[in-house]
Amino acid sequence: MTSVVSKIRFRDPQVEMAHGAGGKASRRLIDGLFAPLLFGSVPVPLGDAAHVNVNGTCVAITTDSFVVSPLRFPGGSIGELAVNGTVNDLAVSGARAQALVVSYVLEAGLPTEILEAEVRAMADAARAAGVIIAGGDTKVVEHGKADRMYITTSGIGQLIPGLSISPAAVRSGDKILLSGPIGDHGITILLARGDLDLEADLCSDTRSVLPLVEALAEAVGAGVHWMRDPTRGGVATTLNELAHDCGLGVVLAEDLIPVRDQVRGACELLGLDPLHIANEGQFLAVVAAEQAETALDALRKTPGGQDAALIGEIGEQPAGSVLVTTLYGGSRMVDMLVGDPLPRIC
Amino acid sequence: MRFVDEFREPELITRTADEIRRLANPARHYRFMEVCGGHTHSIYRFGLKDLLPSNMDLVHGPGCPVCVLPMGRIDDGLSMAERPDVIFTAFGDMMRVPGTKGSPLEYKARGMDVRIVYSPSDALKLARANPDKHVMFFAIGFETTAPSTALTLMRARAQGIHNFSVFCNHVTIIPAIRAILDSPDMRIDAFIGPGHVSTVIGCRPYAWIASNEDKPIVVTGFEPLDILQSIVMLLRQLKGKEKRVENQYKRAVPWEGNRAALKAMAEVFELRPYFEWRGLGFISQSALRIRESYAEWDAERRFSVPGVRVTDPKAAQCGEVLKGVLKPAQCKLFGKECTPEHPVGALMVSSEGSCAAYYNFEHRKRVVQIRPAVQEVA
Amino acid sequence: MCLAIPGKIVDVLEEDRSLALVDVLGVRRKVDLGLLQDEPPETGDWVLIHVGFAMSKIGEADAREQLRMLADLGESDAAMEEVRGYGLEDG
Repeated sequence: MTSVVSKIRFRDPQVEMAHGAGGKASRRLIDGLFAPLLFGSVPVPLGDAAHVNVNGTCVAITTDSFVVSPLRFPGGSIGELAVNGTVNDLAVSGARAQALVVSYVLEAGLPTEILEAEVRAMADAARAAGVIIAGGDTKVVEHGKADRMYITTSGIGQLIPGLSISPAAVRSGDKILLSGPIGDHGITILLARGDLDLEADLCSDTRSVLPLVEALAEAVGAGVHWMRDPTRGGVATTLNELAHDCGLGVVLAEDLIPVRDQVRGACELLGLDPLHIANEGQFLAVVAAEQAETALDALRKTPGGQDAALIGEIGEQPAGSVLVTTLYGGSRMVDMLVGDPLPRIC
Repeated sequence: MRFVDEFREPELITRTADEIRRLANPARHYRFMEVCGGHTHSIYRFGLKDLLPSNMDLVHGPGCPVCVLPMGRIDDGLSMAERPDVIFTAFGDMMRVPGTKGSPLEYKARGMDVRIVYSPSDALKLARANPDKHVMFFAIGFETTAPSTALTLMRARAQGIHNFSVFCNHVTIIPAIRAILDSPDMRIDAFIGPGHVSTVIGCRPYAWIASNEDKPIVVTGFEPLDILQSIVMLLRQLKGKEKRVENQYKRAVPWEGNRAALKAMAEVFELRPYFEWRGLGFISQSALRIRESYAEWDAERRFSVPGVRVTDPKAAQCGEVLKGVLKPAQCKLFGKECTPEHPVGALMVSSEGSCAAYYNFEHRKRVVQIRPAVQEVA
Repeated sequence: MCLAIPGKIVDVLEEDRSLALVDVLGVRRKVDLGLLQDEPPETGDWVLIHVGFAMSKIGEADAREQLRMLADLGESDAAMEEVRGYGLEDG
């Protein structure tokens, strides 16, 4: 067994908040420290879930931690995120979630009614998503050592037949589909924190995207080349990861990207870009050009997919990057976030 | 979105861009400076440079209040955050700006009470809600923002709120423009004038630019059509050899400015004899400080600050980029040691700073139109 | 210094006439009208909002006028081009 010490490229002296934000810093930590030490035998690039061979059967497996404040917000709570997030990671890797296991880290002093509400929310979300929660674990830490509760869910799933997705399958000319309006979740959370004193009739989009993924698989099967769910860091971060992983360019048409009025209003007021805002109930799919219309149609006909849109395409340029174009011929690059998006006044 | 979408209408934008190409003299090279960081941001965000003829350069001016704040002042503000009874509040723009020992967000990660506010009035509200703490508001901005800080201080006094103070770093725009024009290597033909600052100071303060410096200046809004229309107006002036102050942003900017806002500023603030601008050096009468009558709410008086001057590394060419002498990509550190993720100089620190804006929106752009292919299937 | 957005006043608050509830595409916030006390705006007016304060009233007539001028761009010039083509000018 050769030493992997020389392969560690992570040079930051300590862990910073940015390393968990899902953007460039997170990437550096994963690629530079975790991957060389942990994933030596697994081929990179890493997706939302890993496909492992268990005695001849290929299963998908994934894990995710949920840390959110406030715990409850319009449209959902940490419990729902914990179930849907993992179901979605499996779905966009091309798998149907079968079972989840859950791990709770609870802060001493957490009122039981809050814990009960979240456990109920998880049970309801699991039922709605068609997945069983097979087991779990609990740890309690001293007051002040956890922000009320942290939830980790791990999930295992069966591969959806007919799907074969990876960045290597992506081709120049492929079209990019988005399942629905972006920014709902991130803006809801921002407003729910209360620091900005903004109100809007808006809720988190947290939901299982499995039915939409299955509809897509049924309609075009191998025509789907790649999928991912744009959570922290938004569509911009996810598509930058794609561009980086496949070495091609992503070109989006700004006017085709669905954004709700309230999300737009909040973003304009706060100087934010909807492309950088987190989503918890959407996914992106890269589909072969000739099957794009069929794919879009299938999504739109599925409950919850009525706002699906074709938002762009893959090209040779700008290689490794994401470009957004406007109807009048202007364009701008869109980069990955470093940390969380911050409101600005300038 | 009313009063926004109409000024982003694609057909009108195309038509105005055509007019710019029609008016521009192909034998001439135009250099227009947009003073305000917000205009820099708009130009990049809307991809407006793609619409301009190749003989036209947009030079980014120093109107970015975060960018021109010396690191020493950030250290001063953060030294107050180190006190356990202080809640440090600031706009989101300030949160990632590095001081010598880290940025406000890094101080927060280390356990200090650092919070983002959208408005100085929210900071005052926080003070009311936390009587056993002291809320300090790190105020930045040009004359657009200063009146709001002033009014907030007036309200603090009227409501008898004493656990509140402001660390005042407000700067004024005219001295910054003067510093640009006084610079020997300056070669600007005309100015895309500040828009929102002008809602407060009006259009008169720019008169000397037209009459003494012989440069046209058009007070401009922030939507694509505003900026493009402003360029049309500048081209028409240059063609007709006129040098005037014009107001393109009539729907929001009154020629006389906002008297009540100016009055509030005069009540609470006075000019500092001089102030250091990062990248530009010391400029006299260019920044505001809180008057003696409001001393109780002046963080600088209530807390003793280190007051250490921190100079930027010599290799950082912020000053030259600020004055429009160098383009961001021409600075030796650009994209290498100095990126938005680890900024060395001021202009990379704020998203509307010339270098950060260029880095985020432009510098890897190599592509030509692909729109027709996308439109087909949609 | 520069991010300011147009919003519509949906309610001038009674407790303190220097405060209003403003709406931007369905997002609402209390905005301080203290800088516009010389000519206080009313419900239905549009104001420019910056850091939670109203900076000026948006002139709807000015906006319309500006858009009209932009729409006319190039038309009078195009007409001039056509006339020039007739060779009616001197020199």
